[in-house]
Amino acid sequence: MQKLFFPLAAVLAVMFAVAPVLIVGAPYESTMGLVQKIFYFHFPSWMAMFTAVFVSGGASIVFLATRRKSADAVAVASAELVVAFGLIGLLTGPLWGIKAWGVWWSWDPRGTSALVLWLIFWGYLLLRRFGGPGSERLAAAVALFGMANVPFVYWSVNLWRTLHPKTTVVSSLPVSMGLPLWWSTAAFMGLFALLMTLRTRLEHDRARLDELYLALED
Amino acid sequence: MTRLINTVIALVFVLGLCAPAIAQTQQQPPPKPAAQDEFLPIDQLAPKEELPAAPLVMAAYAIAWLVLFVYVVSVWRRLGKVEGEIADVNRRLAGGARR
Repeated sequence: MQKLFFPLAAVLAVMFAVAPVLIVGAPYESTMGLVQKIFYFHFPSWMAMFTAVFVSGGASIVFLATRRKSADAVAVASAELVVAFGLIGLLTGPLWGIKAWGVWWSWDPRGTSALVLWLIFWGYLLLRRFGGPGSERLAAAVALFGMANVPFVYWSVNLWRTLHPKTTVVSSLPVSMGLPLWWSTAAFMGLFALLMTLRTRLEHDRARLDELYLALED
Repeated sequence: MTRLINTVIALVFVLGLCAPAIAQTQQQPPPKPAAQDEFLPIDQLAPKEELPAAPLVMAAYAIAWLVLFVYVVSVWRRLGKVEGEIADVNRRLAGGARR
C-alpha cells in the first residue's frame, strides 16, 4: 500500500478536481433547488464513515480472535476516520436541513442514530486514550457494538417516519445526478484508503517506538 | 344537594361537548378583507423571508475540505513527531552499543 500511496494521491487529486465540474453540471432537484447539491459530498462522507465503521469492527473481531497487534492498529486508525468523516456528515447535514426543512437539526431517526454511532466511536477513541492497559479489548467490543448499529442507521429512513429521504432515492437517481454522486463517493472511498494508510503507519510507528524504548531500558 | 351535583355534572358534560366547536371557532383565522383602500400588484409584494442556498452550499463544501485538511495536518504532525522520536532513540541505542 505504501508504494501505491503517491499514485493513489495523484488519482484522487484529479477526481476531486473533476468532482465540482460534475456537481455544478448536475440539474437542480425540483423541490429543493440548489441546496440539494450538498448531497454530493454529504452522502459520500457517510458512505466513507460506514466503511470505516466496518473496517474498525472487522479488525476488532480479528483482534479479539487472534490478539494480533496489526489488527488492533487498523481498528484504531479506522475508528479515528469514523469520527473525521462523521463530522463532515454531521456538519453538512444541518446546512442542508435549514434550507430544506427550516430547522438546523431535527431529532429524526436517521440523524439521531447517526449521531449516536458517531458518539460511540468517540467513546472508542476516549477509551483508547484514557482507558489504560487492557483497554484494547474493551474498545474492540465497543467497535463491534458500533458496527451493529450501521444497518439500523441505514434503514432507519425506511422503518420510521423521518424527514430524511428514503434509501430508494439513490437507486432512482437519473444519470445526470447519479454520475456526480458516485464519482464523489469513489473519491471519498479512495481518500479513506489513503488516510487509512497514513494513520495505520502512525500506529505501527508508535508500536516500533515502544519496542525501541524497551530495548533502550534493557 | 344531589340535584345541585347533577346540575353541575350536566353542565360540565354539555361544556365538554361544546369545547371542540368553541376551540375551532377560536382557531379560525379572521377572514382577509378584500382590498378596499388600494390595489397592490403582486410583483410589488415584499419578498418572503427566505434563506439563500448558495452560501449554505459553499459553507458545506468548505467545511468538508476544512475537516479533511485539519485531519491530514494532524496525522502528518503526529507522524513527524513519532518518526523523529524513533530516530532519536535509534541514535541513543547506537551510541550505547558503541560504548
